[in-house]
Amino acid sequence: MSRPTIAIALAMLAASASAAPAKPAADPYPSTYQRIPAPAVLIRNATVLTGTGERLEGSDVVMDQGRIVAVGQGLQAPEGAQVIDGTGKWVTPGIIDVHSHLGVYPSPGVSAHEDGNEMSSPVTPNVWAEHALWPQDPGFGTALAGGVTSMQILPGSGNLIGGRGVTVKNVSAVTYQAMKFPGAPWGLKMACGENPKRVYGSKGGTPMTRMGNVAGYRTAFIDAQAYMRSWDKYLSGQTSDETPKKKSRWGKQDEESGAKGDEPPSRDLAKETLMGAMKGDIRVHIHCYRADEMAIMLDLAKEFGFKVAAFHHGVEAYKLADRLAAEGVCGALWADWWGFKMEALDGVEENVALVDRPANGCAIVHSDSSEGIQRLNQEAAKMMAHGRAAGMDIRPERAIRWLTANPAKALGIDGQTGTLESGKMADVVIWNSTPFSVYAHAEKVFVDGALLYDRADKSRQPRSDFMLGLGVSP
Amino acid sequence: MKRLVLSLLLVAGSATAQDVLIRNATVHTAGSRGTIKNADVLVQRGIIRSVGPKLLTPPGVKVFDANGKSLTPGLFAGFSDIGLEEVSAEKSTVDSSIELAGTGVPQTRPEFDVTIAYNPASMVIPVARMGGLTFTALTANSGGSLIAGQGGVVRLDGDPSAAMTGTRLLFVNLGAGADGMTGGSRAGQYMLLDQAVREARGQAPYASPYVLLTPAGRETLARYLAGGRVVFSVDRAADIRQLLSFCRKHGLPVLITGGAEAWKVATELKAANATVFLDALQNLPSGFDQLGSRLDNAALLVRSGVKVALVSPDSTHNARKIRQAAGNAVANGLSWEDGLASITRVPAQALGVGDKVGRIEVGMEADLALWDGDPLEVSTLAEAVWMHGTSMPLRSRQTQLRDRYLQDPGTLPRAYSR
Repeated sequence: MSRPTIAIALAMLAASASAAPAKPAADPYPSTYQRIPAPAVLIRNATVLTGTGERLEGSDVVMDQGRIVAVGQGLQAPEGAQVIDGTGKWVTPGIIDVHSHLGVYPSPGVSAHEDGNEMSSPVTPNVWAEHALWPQDPGFGTALAGGVTSMQILPGSGNLIGGRGVTVKNVSAVTYQAMKFPGAPWGLKMACGENPKRVYGSKGGTPMTRMGNVAGYRTAFIDAQAYMRSWDKYLSGQTSDETPKKKSRWGKQDEESGAKGDEPPSRDLAKETLMGAMKGDIRVHIHCYRADEMAIMLDLAKEFGFKVAAFHHGVEAYKLADRLAAEGVCGALWADWWGFKMEALDGVEENVALVDRPANGCAIVHSDSSEGIQRLNQEAAKMMAHGRAAGMDIRPERAIRWLTANPAKALGIDGQTGTLESGKMADVVIWNSTPFSVYAHAEKVFVDGALLYDRADKSRQPRSDFMLGLGVSP
Repeated sequence: MKRLVLSLLLVAGSATAQDVLIRNATVHTAGSRGTIKNADVLVQRGIIRSVGPKLLTPPGVKVFDANGKSLTPGLFAGFSDIGLEEVSAEKSTVDSSIELAGTGVPQTRPEFDVTIAYNPASMVIPVARMGGLTFTALTANSGGSLIAGQGGVVRLDGDPSAAMTGTRLLFVNLGAGADGMTGGSRAGQYMLLDQAVREARGQAPYASPYVLLTPAGRETLARYLAGGRVVFSVDRAADIRQLLSFCRKHGLPVLITGGAEAWKVATELKAANATVFLDALQNLPSGFDQLGSRLDNAALLVRSGVKVALVSPDSTHNARKIRQAAGNAVANGLSWEDGLASITRVPAQALGVGDKVGRIEVGMEADLALWDGDPLEVSTLAEAVWMHGTSMPLRSRQTQLRDRYLQDPGTLPRAYSR
């Protein structure tokens, strides 16, 4: 396994649990996202699904300066606000997809665009999806038309540990940094089961079995533990002598004491990422289909002291729904994919409803698809119907959480978006009807209060550079 | 008068499991009568005998009250490997392609016929049927071949007799997807196709070192050239134009699957009396052949008079997604009736089974689905499915798994539940 050590002036290690919450994690590739200036907006007299579990009839939503100002009945329009008649419309938080490969497996799917799986080694926590994210993927625009305002772009599942994922706001930009969700933690992509062992086993390498998979995760985390110890020791100052000295992680002189630092440990990109996961700064997202393998990964997480944010795909999550809920682990699931491989054989159409059912259940409808991301609302509608048929009556105000609040929670951005509550980012969708219908259209999509998609206004529909001059766009 | 005749006929034979009177349905015929409210459908011996209001109940025929709900013809499951594969990634369970020449080596075996491998006991079939799907076109998709082999239409009733008579289909891949099989250029595809046609017509000696076809392959291709159905997989507008010219030259009917840019050549397609089987959810340029993909492809084609059928965006295991695709086509400009027709009548007619399935009309197979809401709506589920008039159990491996995990476990592990 190659472990390139590229000298970078700033380490990204400052995001320890003790860091001041207001200060974003030090990031050598920082977000340059700026909300697009927009007038205040009052949406009047709509059916509002707040994402907190409430459904408000005949209600208004006010947004200003990029934030939700108020949600309720009979609200006053701020000075200069654009007023939108919401009669007959439904308003929801912007949809969040916790599992996307837009930009790293973009359209067109040509060989030069296959940037999602660094399958040169089974353990590559050193790679970051964001460094392959092509902002001109036309799929971002079509996802926006489906109401998607934020998403996590993940590396693929060819590796045991595939690298870092990045959360972006769904805005058109020339650089990914200008899409990067300010302050959102990174994700760490891991994968169970068939994919890693097929990719490497078929080359006669390791892993070629599920035994090899688990040994691979453990070896990587054991190495990272040693790395973490050396940093912890260095940072606590207990290096050559017993006198504790304060040091920063990047080995500069401590500003307060003025003490000269000892040589810091050599940086290792792969171990930095795993250390970030163990310290809770990086959210762990695990591609895992089978219930028995999810249980193994929960034990792995305990062995190395990290928390699993969500199991992705989780075709068998329904078999372990109570445990997932008890441990606060989300299930990021498809509505109905099954049968394409052995570990997907036991798919049921009630998976989402069953994972949602226990107290504290955290069900997420995810896409993993440039088509699916455009209609996550329809995927949820299918799951509501199957839940209903199985005796689980799931109301729209609850189901909307699968697409908004729950993915926000898994991504660690629930303090910023995912619900319509005052102070949150004004990521808002106006639908022509209940969103849980095949005939539903997102009519207007706001990101941080700016109208970035309007179904009725071509001047408010983004077109990627790629689509220009092809004589095909309507 | 008609009723009287029917009643007399019935006296002769006793009611069977294939007899049912479905009362008081909203009957979406997918045929010339459109939608008929408060209508009854009489089925005897598996065949639709009468459709209309207030039909008499022949003696012994069981009555099913539809309570005004929507009744449609059983739906088309698209081009699929239903019954040809159990688990897509497990080669030992997949029979829809051959690699006799070696992995990735081009081969031209039109005589390869996947319908022989059809397994009516496949676990995929009950799952499809629960989604209201009752017929599919088995598809040969030999990855290493321009001419991928033959398939045919099957009804998803578990009957072992496989393909319906007279529905053999030959599958041909064109465009970028077939480049690797034809020397890297799509021009090579027509070169090789023309050569295969010449061989089939006996214009090339068997002894030539360059022959593409076996003697059996020549016979097979000759049969299709004499009046068979060839399904061409093609997306790019320029390629569709070439195909139209190829079909004109050889007198072939135009059946296209893919057709991402078909809307651009709608006039030519209409003139050729073509049927386009398209993915109504395709709106992204998945490759350079699909740059013109758009959600209103179906609507634009139908407006131009082109016959449009749908394929499932997610074939075989999730073939049921075809209904969602139809709903989306309607949400993007297709009329509701045309949406239903695109997954019932139109594919049935294009594939040569339009006189048996795809419409609720007298004389047709009683392959029917009853829905708990708008049949094209994603939140709607099938409440009942009949095939050949027999009520099919809405039970699959998936529902059994669901039922096992829906309940709290008892003292014994769940493996003891039935």
